[in-house]
Amino acid sequence: MNDWVAVGYLIAAILFILGLKGLGRPRTAVRGNQLSALGMLVAVVVTVADDAIVSYGVILAGLAVGTIVGSLLATRVQMTAMPELVALFNGFGGAASVFVAAASFLAASDIGPISDQVSVASALAAVIGSMTFTGSVVAFAKLRESLNAGGFPGIRVINGVLGLAAVGCAVMMVVDSESPGWIWALVAVGAALGVSLVLPIGGADMPVVIALLNSMSGLAASAAGFVLDNPLLIIGGALVGASGVILTQIMCVAMNRSLLSVVFGEAPSSGGGDRDEDVYEGRVRSTSPEDVAIMLDASSRVVIVPGYGLAVAQAQHAVRDLTRLLQDRGIEVVFGIHPVAGRMPGHMNVLLAEAEIDYEHLIEMTDINPTFEQTDVTIVLGANDVVNPAARTDPSSPIAGMPILDVDKSRVVVVIKRSLSPGFAGIPNLLFAADNTLMLFGDGKAAIADIAKAVAST
Amino acid sequence: MDFVIGLTLFVLAVLLGAELITKVPPTLHTPLMSGSNAISGITIVGAIVAAGTDHSTLTVTLGFIAVVLATSNVVGGFLVTHRMLGMFKRRSDKVDR
Repeated sequence: MNDWVAVGYLIAAILFILGLKGLGRPRTAVRGNQLSALGMLVAVVVTVADDAIVSYGVILAGLAVGTIVGSLLATRVQMTAMPELVALFNGFGGAASVFVAAASFLAASDIGPISDQVSVASALAAVIGSMTFTGSVVAFAKLRESLNAGGFPGIRVINGVLGLAAVGCAVMMVVDSESPGWIWALVAVGAALGVSLVLPIGGADMPVVIALLNSMSGLAASAAGFVLDNPLLIIGGALVGASGVILTQIMCVAMNRSLLSVVFGEAPSSGGGDRDEDVYEGRVRSTSPEDVAIMLDASSRVVIVPGYGLAVAQAQHAVRDLTRLLQDRGIEVVFGIHPVAGRMPGHMNVLLAEAEIDYEHLIEMTDINPTFEQTDVTIVLGANDVVNPAARTDPSSPIAGMPILDVDKSRVVVVIKRSLSPGFAGIPNLLFAADNTLMLFGDGKAAIADIAKAVAST
Repeated sequence: MDFVIGLTLFVLAVLLGAELITKVPPTLHTPLMSGSNAISGITIVGAIVAAGTDHSTLTVTLGFIAVVLATSNVVGGFLVTHRMLGMFKRRSDKVDR
């Protein structure tokens, strides 16, 4: 590597670090993203200009095709489809690292004996990258709801067998580094493992999976860096790997579950707790959009708690209209956002931002919880388990100890929902039966629009 | 490059990444994820090397596929992050007024 290439990589690494730092604050985030992109441009330009590169046609063709595919995907996709797009891009990155490691490993094995560093790093890149790719594709399909499959009995045995097979192939790659077959065997096993690990995970656990795949795509790039002896790949991949791990950790804490139980365990068992009928019998009261409008009109503070149902119903613009209407009447309207609401970290924030709701009105769980007692009406829209007081009050509940939004402490709670069906945890929600809760049954978007219509005519 | 130097870079970058991300507010979790995802497309550098060194038809083919995938990841990742952040930005400007 030429010295000036190394200096270019250093500049790129600095830009990545400054870029990530910038992404940490709303005011500097756009600049941060631009700095990272500039770093990437520097890295690509100095790499192409390096003496090691002898032919340009294939590179330019690849860059052109990739640019077209990437920009079409990025500009055409709906904001509600953002989780699956992020999953897909993760998969692309993971697969690219697999091919990079394989090409480099095979080239090295043609030339002569392979060092342990290259074979170990190639094995890691191959297995992590292929798991990231197929895991992301499964996550993508699940998020688009084109794949409805879940886990099946014995899948943990399969995971165990595949895990052992992966270790076996990796060991053979190092021991028998002259045979090129082992790396492809490892890629195949890793691909199968990615499918079988992500397949049983779904619903509310999705944010953890997306964050984890994000981390893995970084680690695969880092491993490819050890194959190529390329410092920028090592650094860039490590930065992403670490940030993904931190996000994964934040998601797990917000669900009071360990990463191991999300990946290898089952969904929280619905064994404990109460039965639906015992909780709901004679205690559920329903209301109408008109009554909700009258209550809202008499309020001074309203909190809206969105969940995945908001995304499903595409209700963000209807919510925006209702919010503006209430704000024009001098009513304070804020949003309470649970960290795992939706299907990826920050999902609700993006949807509400798309509907032009000021991000300063989106309040985190820890900040909004003390304010529910001063709240006149809380509207729960498409959220379930994250507002279930059983997490606080019932030690035998599967969600016991999960941090929740204390919406039940506000004066009146209006829950907009199609039916009393349970959330991801599969347990009845004590909130629905609370004395201060009113159920408004129906489609989220239509219900919010009806309330807005009624408010406008009061 | 010495393996130990590579390992040093890796560990320091992990610690730095963790430090940078820990305090990010939840509002920015999605843009952060898609932005950092674009950075993981840095594997594009390795892809370019594989595609441009003419070692064998197989490695060049693998390199080409890797360049396409990594470029989609990079370009798409940065663009979609920019698009998302644009939505956040508009309103913060409105607040300033």
